Amino acid sequence: MDFNDTPEEAEFRAEARTFLEKHLEPKGAKPLRQRVSGEEFMKRAKQWQAEKAKAGYAKITWPKEMGGRGGTPMQQVIWGQEEGKFDSPGGPFTIGLGMCIPTVIAFGSDEHKKRYVQKALMGEEIWCQLFSEPSAGSDVAGLKTRAVKDGDEWVINGQKVWTSGAHYSDYGILLVRTDPKAAKHKGLTMFIVNMKQDGVEARPIHQASGGREFNEVYFTDVRIPDSDRLGEVGQGWKVAIVTLMNERLAVGGSPGPDWAEIMNYAKDVGTISDAAFRDKLADWYVAAQGYKLTKLRTQTALSKGQTPGPENSIGKIITANQLQDICNSAIEMQDHYGLMTGDEMPADGLFQQSFMWAPGLRIAGGTDEILKNIIAERVLGLPQDVRVDKDIPFDEMKSG
Amino acid sequence: MNFDFSDDQKFLGNEARKFLDGECTTQHVREVLNDEDKSHHEGVWQKVKEMGWLGTAIPEEYGGLGLGALEQCVLAEEMGRALAPVPYASSVYFFAEGVLMAGSEAQKSAILPGVASGDIIGCYAASEGPGNPDAANLSVSFDGSKVSGTKVPVTDGDIATHAIVLAKEGSGASLVLVDLSGDGVSRKSVKTLEPTRSHAEITFDGAAGERLGDAGAGADLNDAILNRAAILLAFEQLGGATRCLEMATDYAKERYAFGRPIGGNQAIKHKLADMYVKNEVARSNCYYGAWALSTDAAELPEAAAASRLAASEAFWFASKENIQTHGGMGFTWEVDCHLFYRRAKLLAVQAGAPKVWKEKLVRALELKNAA
Repeated sequence: MDFNDTPEEAEFRAEARTFLEKHLEPKGAKPLRQRVSGEEFMKRAKQWQAEKAKAGYAKITWPKEMGGRGGTPMQQVIWGQEEGKFDSPGGPFTIGLGMCIPTVIAFGSDEHKKRYVQKALMGEEIWCQLFSEPSAGSDVAGLKTRAVKDGDEWVINGQKVWTSGAHYSDYGILLVRTDPKAAKHKGLTMFIVNMKQDGVEARPIHQASGGREFNEVYFTDVRIPDSDRLGEVGQGWKVAIVTLMNERLAVGGSPGPDWAEIMNYAKDVGTISDAAFRDKLADWYVAAQGYKLTKLRTQTALSKGQTPGPENSIGKIITANQLQDICNSAIEMQDHYGLMTGDEMPADGLFQQSFMWAPGLRIAGGTDEILKNIIAERVLGLPQDVRVDKDIPFDEMKSG
Repeated sequence: MNFDFSDDQKFLGNEARKFLDGECTTQHVREVLNDEDKSHHEGVWQKVKEMGWLGTAIPEEYGGLGLGALEQCVLAEEMGRALAPVPYASSVYFFAEGVLMAGSEAQKSAILPGVASGDIIGCYAASEGPGNPDAANLSVSFDGSKVSGTKVPVTDGDIATHAIVLAKEGSGASLVLVDLSGDGVSRKSVKTLEPTRSHAEITFDGAAGERLGDAGAGADLNDAILNRAAILLAFEQLGGATRCLEMATDYAKERYAFGRPIGGNQAIKHKLADMYVKNEVARSNCYYGAWALSTDAAELPEAAAASRLAASEAFWFASKENIQTHGGMGFTWEVDCHLFYRRAKLLAVQAGAPKVWKEKLVRALELKNAA
């Protein structure tokens, strides 16, 4: 038992590090969330993506003929760890390269692959994923956006929501209902959609946190050629499963202030000796350490060329809840003053900022409840929930 | 990255599980539970001796198998899973570890072969009634050759042949090695929530003892022994918690209510998912503890505290919610759930309750942070 790289891993890590040092600055002391904003950021992000792609770091596990490196999942993890130590303008390409393009590769034509893969890798085109709808979140197969065949084209009408990056995306993969008479999962079809065409309108969502990082996207009589269909008509759910399976391995760090930050803050304000605080601090450390070490177990499996177990599924349940709890405690520690926001507040106001962000984190990418269902059903093998809509034609289903 | 047990270590664990599945069932545990006169299961104890598990981490020169801490951790998980009703933890994790750590060459040679063979059963006598024993304020005392005072409760104290006693000496504390068959030792069994591991009150009245380690080193040695024992206890807790999740999951799949398995309801599914999360947090922290134990890492204090806290929480949660998942059946004497609930509490408090370890952990983090 050790935490060392194998000689091959160490060599790859050193290579990656040299490349990163040449192109990027080490991460600054300020642990603020990197937000996509401004043209300057996007320009830098695209440049960096092109550099990565040229050097074979953009998609390490993809085969070389696809523009990847033909590397191992462990190398992808190492790259993520090392890139995470630098001020990397990442973000806009994650969904495209992590979820959309793998779907295009799996279900698209040769023309699609030629047309889209390389440009996405080089950062020239950005992709988004259009699945969730106002009435289809956790139960995304209940979506209502309609596609109606008209000659060689499909006409799309409806609304998507919580679409990251829709306003700056060039293309998207779009899951729509092509047969409302079929049962819920059976009437869906997947398409590639040009996000810059008429009838596609992305509007920022004003989030509860005050920010506007996500979008809702309206489709009004948008036409998509049948040749841009991914998979067969009515097979959209199967295609979507492939997209969702391609969610990248979580290699990121903490999504906000952690036990060490609140401990430092408690020292500054003198509440570190408070017994109730110390009790909580111990709990936070144990859970955070538990998840951090669990990721090392996953990496161990990858390093040995094995398929990781399901243990990594505990991640977001722990991190999102802990973030909310830590921020709440930090605010209460400051009493009335803790209500105040802004950069001049302790820890640059990060506790207050993340307090408002945390509820979203508990929902995005699978709510706590859905993640627990997944553990219960797929890891523990417990029965699925009752599905009263299972074999009913979609247009006879209740919704609200 | 190699944060896992080796194939050989996993093989050892699998073999131990197969063996214990046959030789140490809950029926064996119940034979001790249902008989007030039984302190442990002699048949299981003999088998454990024969397997050589008592000497797992004892060096070959002292009659042990000379395997490492990692092998000891793997076995501890299986002993915990099987609820082994034997004085294994007392003799191996506390007593032998203490002698190995602090004993003189003569003491190691005199004691450890006996522990490895099972002729010597050791126990660790620290508690003195309510509260976590405070090395600065003990009532049991040592004058350089004789021990006086009462220790209660002492896990496996009624069947042990030897004890390590934490005693006041002068203005400090020392560890004292006592042969419990000598004069001046009287003991009586005490009843506890967990009758499958016996407990005693031991009164020393000028009993002969010899120092283990330096005079006045008792507080530090006590901490060091508890750190090491905590990790091994955590593996026992992990084994028990894992078994509870399996029991609850199996039952939730086969028990029908309202026309379907109760495990199809989210109230049960989410409860068991919570159990899974806590168990994985415990497992990962335990592995880190195993690493720290096997390398004697500088991180040992926080690794010990974190593994013990995570495993105490996991076993507590899993054992109580396993009963809850079983409903009324779970509250019967005949269904095994309560055996785990009892064991979970013993393991959580015997080397200091979670509150004690939380304070140790935060202090370790503060020290690290200040460095």
